[in-house]
Amino acid sequence: MSLLSKIEETLLCLKAGRATLPYPAQPKPAPETFRGRPIFDAYKCIGCAGCANNCPAREILIFDVSQEIRVLQYLGRRCTYCGRCVEVCPEKAITMSLDSESATDRVGDLGQRLELFMSTCQRCGRCFKLPSALEELKMKGYRFDDLRNERWIFRSQGRLEGDPVVDDLEIELD
Amino acid sequence: MLKTLCQRMFGRSLWVYHANSGGCNGCDIEVLNALTPYYDVERFGIKLVGSPRHADVMLCQGPAMRSTAQALKRAYDAMPVPKLVFAVGSCACGGGIWFDSYAVIGPVEKIIPVSYYVPGCPPRPEAIIYGVAVALGLVDKKVVPVEFKGMELPIPNYHPDKLRGRDELVVYEKAEKI
Repeated sequence: MSLLSKIEETLLCLKAGRATLPYPAQPKPAPETFRGRPIFDAYKCIGCAGCANNCPAREILIFDVSQEIRVLQYLGRRCTYCGRCVEVCPEKAITMSLDSESATDRVGDLGQRLELFMSTCQRCGRCFKLPSALEELKMKGYRFDDLRNERWIFRSQGRLEGDPVVDDLEIELD
Repeated sequence: MLKTLCQRMFGRSLWVYHANSGGCNGCDIEVLNALTPYYDVERFGIKLVGSPRHADVMLCQGPAMRSTAQALKRAYDAMPVPKLVFAVGSCACGGGIWFDSYAVIGPVEKIIPVSYYVPGCPPRPEAIIYGVAVALGLVDKKVVPVEFKGMELPIPNYHPDKLRGRDELVVYEKAEKI
């Protein structure tokens, strides 16, 4: 009896076959609804910084090097792939790719950096009135981020600290 | 000879210790998913162990928090020396959404050195397996940093005063850099 049941069990196991995915050998594409890492199209981007202001992880940084050049830096390291930047982009310059296999040994590999040419009025340089300090706080997309320290800074605050992250780690770790 | 034999036998067998230092359990579930028979990481000799003293690899999930930084550091120090650290998920790679909160110190690389980063929130089980395969040298990494430059600095300065006549044409004289 027990032998019969064992044979039956063996047959069942043979019938089930192999369920394991032969993954790294064969590619397994993500489903269509998957949101992978965002791809920035520099030719469509107008540099409005809507993505930078809507990023919940605050990881798209904006820096105006000069009046004509705006740097948009996507760090990629703490991105939650929520897709809000795609939603808010007026020119559809950002697309969420299906690529999830972004494991790397250098965290800088995940970043994207666009240096955009912002054309301005030839006569006045900038075709809008300069915002007051209070308006600058409300005005999104007009920031002066600290790219080296990867910090979000409003221009009205206007301070660039050397190491703004928590520095009492030595106290914490005895 | 014994050494080479040992290297051949045990070289590809990683024992994994799984350290959650304040994550939301999303990455934990994906790591658990990678251990199931469907995505069978035991093919690569990977085994989950309960103690950092048995482990070769530490899978870090969640950011380094003020309350767990010391425990994370102690767990890292307890691991025997050829050790790898995987930062799994956005929180471990870069601090997550609440990276600037008072309770969060930041990414785990502020506490312990990280050798491989697997971003994602949470990463797919395929992405975690891909990271392991990159570490084992089975596949190559795919991501490269992207840099686009719209225009080079310095920008040429054009002004009507700089217009000069040159046989039937009116052209700018050699553009002076700002």
